[in-house]
Amino acid sequence: MIALVDYGAGNLASVRKALRACGADAVEPAEPADLERATAIVLPGVGHFAATASLDHEWRTAVRRRLDAGVPFLGICLGMQWLFEGSDEAPAAPGLGWLAGRITRLPERTPEGERLKVPHAGWNVARVTAVDAGTTVPGLKDGEYYYFTHAYAAPVTAATAATTVYGAPFAAAVRSGNVCGVQFHPEKSGAAGLAVLRAFLGGLR
Amino acid sequence: MTPPADATFARRLIACLDVRDGRVVKGVNFEGLRDAGDPAALAFRYDAEGIDELVVLDVTATVEDRLALARTVAAVAANVCIPLAVGGGIRSVDDAARVMDAGADKVGINTAALGNPALITRVAERFGSQAVVVAIDAARDGAWFVVCSHAGRTPTGREAVAWAREAEARGAGEILLTSIDADGTLRGFDCVLTSAVSGAVGIPVIASGGAGCAAHFVEVFTRGRADAALAASIFHHETCRVRAVKAELRAHGLPVRL
Repeated sequence: MIALVDYGAGNLASVRKALRACGADAVEPAEPADLERATAIVLPGVGHFAATASLDHEWRTAVRRRLDAGVPFLGICLGMQWLFEGSDEAPAAPGLGWLAGRITRLPERTPEGERLKVPHAGWNVARVTAVDAGTTVPGLKDGEYYYFTHAYAAPVTAATAATTVYGAPFAAAVRSGNVCGVQFHPEKSGAAGLAVLRAFLGGLR
Repeated sequence: MTPPADATFARRLIACLDVRDGRVVKGVNFEGLRDAGDPAALAFRYDAEGIDELVVLDVTATVEDRLALARTVAAVAANVCIPLAVGGGIRSVDDAARVMDAGADKVGINTAALGNPALITRVAERFGSQAVVVAIDAARDGAWFVVCSHAGRTPTGREAVAWAREAEARGAGEILLTSIDADGTLRGFDCVLTSAVSGAVGIPVIASGGAGCAAHFVEVFTRGRADAALAASIFHHETCRVRAVKAELRAHGLPVRL
């Protein structure tokens, strides 16, 4: 069972539709205990980090247990940011703390001093920095365009699998063992995005 | 021309589907609508041609049509996996929820926001700022750009730059800026209007109205300082292919997703 976690942060329908286009029917767990049966977990999301506060202690415990058990996980946008320790967007809402680092606001100027629009809304290139298949996000293609819409981003750390530059480099994708995350929206990135979802699902079979 | 500061961030091309009674229509200067095809089929074609984003605009927005709009949105959303914004007749959070539930990623608010600016904040609180596109229709009046409501028919007395700034402060994630004077003329975007608004706000501005050839897009992304550009009729009637426009942009050093 592929669990698609609904915590009220938008875009669930788009992600479900995209997963279905890749041949997978996802189930929304009604309560944390339902995650015990999950063979994979997809945590979508878009919007404000404060929305992740709906993932309370019980949900966090249930997710952690499954991650410890090695269940493949894919966090999308806010769902990826939640893997980190927290976000400047909502300091009162802690992240899961699975990955080290903190989510910060995108710069509003380039190093050259030119103004940048925030949110970073549109298509940008991911540069794969992972060195092998075990540290990259499956299906991710170096130099490919993906669709982003966010005002906050994850720092480039040891868990970074790909970077994107918007004023400065940020983590476009992360990977730590069975845990994957993408800052872009694979469900909105056309064929390139579907390739990421398909590869993630492909690893499950 | 100054080289782009961010070498990979693509300039977006957006196709607008003006929908009435479940069909795509397109007029000149906001009037004289002509039939231009099935929305879901057109959406599929644009996606295949490399369009970056789609806008579905309900140009009638009566109560019955708004319910029909949800079906159109669902049909379009089922056919593509790229961002989809929907506008026209959005007057409440419930109206926004209806199109979001049908598969939209963003909602466009225009007339209702002018009458009730707090609506921008309420929709942003519910769906996030990235989902809120404030649409501004502006017309030249001497040296001024006057914001018009009701599909461009009613001057409001508001000035476009000031209104764009207010929309941003209230939680808008993007501005969709249409020049009423240029719309449908095929003579080019109003780059003076676009540059004035884009330079005044920190959120992306989508330029709309007047696209007639690939060179017009180059102009609006350079002189007009637009973050994205929208067109309808030239794409519908295949006067100008999406790929050809992108090739022209790239030839001028502007990053595009090709």
